Amino acid sequence: MSGALTTTDAAAGLLAAATSTGEAVQFYALGAVAVAGALGTVALRRAVHSALCLAATMVVLAVFYLANGAYFLGVVQIVVYTGAVMMLFLFVLMLVGVSTADSLKETLKGQRWLAAACALGLGILLVGGIGQAALGTFTGMGAANAQYGGNVPGIAERLFTEYVVAFEVTGALLTIAAVGATLLTHRERIEKATSQREQAEERVRAGRHLPPLPAPGVYARHNAVDRPGLLPDGTPSELTVSDTLQRRGQVREVASKELAEVAATEKRTADYHGRGQEERP
Amino acid sequence: MNPANYLYLAALLFTIGAFGVLIRRNAIVVFMCIELMLNAANLTLVAFSRMHGNLDGQIMAFFVMVVAAAEVVVGLAIIVMLYRSRHSASVDDASLMKL
Repeated sequence: MSGALTTTDAAAGLLAAATSTGEAVQFYALGAVAVAGALGTVALRRAVHSALCLAATMVVLAVFYLANGAYFLGVVQIVVYTGAVMMLFLFVLMLVGVSTADSLKETLKGQRWLAAACALGLGILLVGGIGQAALGTFTGMGAANAQYGGNVPGIAERLFTEYVVAFEVTGALLTIAAVGATLLTHRERIEKATSQREQAEERVRAGRHLPPLPAPGVYARHNAVDRPGLLPDGTPSELTVSDTLQRRGQVREVASKELAEVAATEKRTADYHGRGQEERP
Repeated sequence: MNPANYLYLAALLFTIGAFGVLIRRNAIVVFMCIELMLNAANLTLVAFSRMHGNLDGQIMAFFVMVVAAAEVVVGLAIIVMLYRSRHSASVDDASLMKL
């Protein structure tokens, strides 16, 4: 990445008017990465993988901005998009269930082919439009950047003179968005939260499980709290494992499998020493 | 290199993003595809800015970024709210305007 950035700086230092061979190589190499990332965003089933592919595409686009002499936008792209926006996406993904893979079953018949046809049509339309346009060559950002002593001062000059009204309006927009997001995700508590004392009194009134619940089993090979404790007759007790683990189906069965393992080990030991099972105390 | 190559790349990314919006059903992935389309449009603006040699295109791209940030904040808040009421982030489940 640093090598790409230095070639970018060198290319854009020459007023970014002509496209050098280095820039062409950079364009084709990173353009392939950008397209692969975009395809991954669309095609991968897990949303986290999609998010990571999109982040890769955005970093590549930041390099392209730098190559085009837009230094400020290149840095803002990395800070705002790959930093803030993608973090926000991943944060919400973790919040709404990271393990849910998108089902690829079609609910509308033939929707995927219709969508592919529409996308192909749009692509042909765009490429045809660009191919027909008389574009000429790059004028280059050199003069525009140098006019106020750099890219950032130049953008600041435009932003705070000609576009100052739009700038103020976007400030208002950001404030409204922040307030709106807070309002949307805020949840009013309808009933009063029960205190510990009220919960204890409720238990006494109901008359079951007055003492604390029994502890889980202590087979701490992985995680002791997911092993149910065993009743005297060897059956696992559901009371010993937390409700959450039971609902997730993450309770490990110790009763049958591991007791069988212990029995097998004991049998192997007994066979090795040449003793019969009946000699065991 | 032909300056139009940046525009072709942006058109390709925009098309892939539009295709993703049409076929994906996880609301968050649909949203990510919209971000991809916005980024493709930004690349076009920056390339045109260099083509014409003035900074206005970059200013436009800057404003697109600001509005995209605001849009992400509100959109993700709506997705979180939908998930809370329906326990699913699939756009197929949100077929009615009310609960």
